[in-house]
Amino acid sequence: MGGNTLTLIGVAAAIIFILLIIRIYNSLIAKKNQVKNAWAQIEVQLKRRYDLIPNLMETVKGYMEHERATLEAVVKARQIAMSSQGDAKSQANAENILTGTLKSLFAVAENYPDLKANQNFLALQEELATTENKISFARQFYNDCVMNYNTEKEIFPNNVIVEVFRFENFTMFEITDNEERQAPKVQF
Amino acid sequence: MLIIFAMFMSAVGLYFVNDVLFGLLIGIVVWIVMCLITYFSGDKMFLSSAGAKKITKEDFPVLYDVVEEMKIASGLPKMPDIYIIDEDAPNAFATGRSPESASVAVTRGLLVRLNRQELQGVIAHEMAHIANSDILVMLYTGTILGTIVLMSDILLRSRINTRSSSGKGGGYIIILYLLALILGPICAQLIYLAISRKREYLADACAAQFTRYPMGLANALMKISSNTDEMKSANNVTAAMYIVNPLKFDKVTKKLNDLSSTHPSTQERIKILTKMANVDFESYEKAFKAITHKSQSPVTGKMSKGVSWAVPLAAAAISTAIPEEEPPEVKIQKHRQTENIMWKYNDYIFIECECGTKLKFPPEYKGMEMKCPHCKKVHFV
Repeated sequence: MGGNTLTLIGVAAAIIFILLIIRIYNSLIAKKNQVKNAWAQIEVQLKRRYDLIPNLMETVKGYMEHERATLEAVVKARQIAMSSQGDAKSQANAENILTGTLKSLFAVAENYPDLKANQNFLALQEELATTENKISFARQFYNDCVMNYNTEKEIFPNNVIVEVFRFENFTMFEITDNEERQAPKVQF
Repeated sequence: MLIIFAMFMSAVGLYFVNDVLFGLLIGIVVWIVMCLITYFSGDKMFLSSAGAKKITKEDFPVLYDVVEEMKIASGLPKMPDIYIIDEDAPNAFATGRSPESASVAVTRGLLVRLNRQELQGVIAHEMAHIANSDILVMLYTGTILGTIVLMSDILLRSRINTRSSSGKGGGYIIILYLLALILGPICAQLIYLAISRKREYLADACAAQFTRYPMGLANALMKISSNTDEMKSANNVTAAMYIVNPLKFDKVTKKLNDLSSTHPSTQERIKILTKMANVDFESYEKAFKAITHKSQSPVTGKMSKGVSWAVPLAAAAISTAIPEEEPPEVKIQKHRQTENIMWKYNDYIFIECECGTKLKFPPEYKGMEMKCPHCKKVHFV
């Protein structure tokens, strides 16, 4: 009788233990997929930006003949970013350089009133601005997801399960530009 | 909310057929029917009662882009539908039954008055309502509230008519019944309001986290609250769904702010957002406690630990070109743009004249031809 009860308790404990592991495992998988999905979002937007730049070049070419260097910098940065196949970190670097060249292109464009009146240019400017924002927000969401996933991975007993099932590591999409690191200015 | 509804219906049953269960049964049937209606077409009914028109990206690219940006920032699975309401008062709301089938609506006045960053703050707030599933909760509680108000309205009226003929029951039952009829709607409303106020704060905190720029929403709230137009298409039940209470211009209700308003005081919300030292939930909580002197904040326990602002809203690379105060020509252009949308969706017919004038005809227009007011050329409709 006593032995029976003990076995029952043992079986129950084992079942609870297995269920617990399944739960933690599934939650980790869900978080991991969220990270992957978030990364895919960034890639969609990065691709969108690559596709927009040739249009932009076509539009500004006629107006900005004296700004060869600026235009070439954008084209080159785009090529480097597109061919960058490394991890999140090196990709982030290449993309930040591209953002920088675009920034200076739009700054220079301020000096060309004809260009600023061009409807096509204005539409492209809004399109690039929103893509730029979308990249930032996708990156922000990706980083939040990575942070969530990493925290979940590190706490006990999850870390044991992570060791057993070999969950992969993700790095954040970091910013290297010091200027970007600063908090947005608060005005009132 | 449900308990109040059940008590309310039992009281009704008790009075009419001296049977609590019967009243409860009717209540449950009514509630299920209402919930089904709400689930399948509540958002559509709400949108059409507000006179909202669905738009596409071509109609207002900036609005569409901002919504898409916030969709990405909030990690929503699907892009919500976007609607514009033909009202001058600036306001916005979100509705729908799930993050997969949600809608965001903004008024024409909002689009004209706000700049991009402020619009982003407002949209982020609405997206937070969607992401937190507030939209479904508000739809349901709103439906229950609507049912209670409706029932008590009908019953109070019929009660007056049958007073002389009804001789049954002791006096105390009648008192109980009347009490339930009168207090039911009030209690339901108070609970409804408490729920909605709490969710407003939470949505503000989320908006700050999504945009990483609390001042955008704060500035938008300032602009919205300084407006003096009242929204014609809002009523007591739908008011709670807007970003700022659309029915606010009553000296009395302003004083009763804490209990009877659908929204926390806008000034308070602005103060909290402005006081945020950082853009995560933790600093929202700190700011909330400092401003309201309450020990518990609506975001307590909702914090996702460790999610700090690894990335501030750097974005702004190109969009920093947006000035705080927009020049008049930009405003006029936005006016035109929004009005064109309204005309388009109200089935106006456009004819472009060679002189650059755009002639607009209402659908009721019966004439065959029209002279252009500028170059006098005759066009056929």
